[in-house]
Amino acid sequence: MAQSMVKEFTKGLWAEIPPFRLVLGLCPVLAVTKSVENGIGMGIATTFVLVCSNFLVSLLRNIIPTKVRIACFIVIIATFVTVVELLMQAYTYPLFLKLGIFIPLIVVNCIVLGRAEAFAFKNAPHLAIADGLGMGIGFTLSMGALGAVRECLGNGTILGNTVFGPDFQPFTFMVEAPGAFVCLGLMLCLMNLIGKK
Amino acid sequence: MGDYVVLAISCIFVNNILLAQFLGNCPFLGTSKKMETATGMAMAVVFVLVMAGMITWITDNYLLKPLNIEFLRTVSFILVIASLVQFVEMFLKKSMPALYAGLGIFLPLITTNCAVMGVCLININEEYTFVQAIVASLAYAIGFGLALVLFAGIRERVNVARVPQPLQDTSIGLVTAGMIALSFFAFKGMV
Repeated sequence: MAQSMVKEFTKGLWAEIPPFRLVLGLCPVLAVTKSVENGIGMGIATTFVLVCSNFLVSLLRNIIPTKVRIACFIVIIATFVTVVELLMQAYTYPLFLKLGIFIPLIVVNCIVLGRAEAFAFKNAPHLAIADGLGMGIGFTLSMGALGAVRECLGNGTILGNTVFGPDFQPFTFMVEAPGAFVCLGLMLCLMNLIGKK
Repeated sequence: MGDYVVLAISCIFVNNILLAQFLGNCPFLGTSKKMETATGMAMAVVFVLVMAGMITWITDNYLLKPLNIEFLRTVSFILVIASLVQFVEMFLKKSMPALYAGLGIFLPLITTNCAVMGVCLININEEYTFVQAIVASLAYAIGFGLALVLFAGIRERVNVARVPQPLQDTSIGLVTAGMIALSFFAFKGMV
């Protein structure tokens, strides 16, 4: 049992790491990775929703009728997203303001619904939690990495600390909208290069 | 009247939903490999987005706000959108089979298109009036369609070009999208 849990957990970290291997849930990835802090904050919020919804869907998998399962998943996910929204509003207000509309939009993040449909609905609760946690952490790491590249090149800082000397000219393109697409595309290319070997 | 034109232009070009606000990127990459599917998706989005914009505005202003239950906004909006899509699907199947066949699989997919939910939330956050909300929804949807169709056109061309192996498919797609976003970036400061 422990072994299979480890297996489900680790696949989210490399073999199926979202959003690179599973090209799902791109909107928050592109929009909030202007800095490492935003990226990781969004990643943690998504992880929380993913683990909770995976667990609940898996618990209820024998009760939910197959025909109306999508509607049930959405209600479960929306409930947890509301929980996250209220928690962030109470405890991390500045981050809540920065992420803005993208917190309620976790509801329509394809990764969360995708995992509920593809994994949690067919597997036992402990496996579903491991899967959700693995996917969530993989997602957080990807967002953190993308945020680091963009913040470093576009602003010359990482987590607010200056990386380059005072003469550094920020490559503003990277923190603007077009830079997000190009940067993600190139990182995907890098992943393909490494993964092929 | 002039205000509405400015609002529409800003929603179509300056704050383009795909390229400046990053909403609805999954269908943007998923359905842009062929021109046909791209136009199908664009049409379906225009159709649903305008209706969802109207209905969620009414829900928020006449149901959630008077009852002071705004914290239920996320749950109620997604339910409204999901049931609206279902309803539209049944209605079209019965009364306009030609259009239904055209939109096909794209209708159910729209439920999880964050562009729809995103625009509904923007309408509320910006405190638009009812008419403004309709104009904004329509303009955002047109912006979505425009970017999607442009992107599909370029992608069809890229498909026959020789692309280095690791860059193929999604990777080059994202870089291409970046270039389109760069051209839309020029509209910034216009409104």
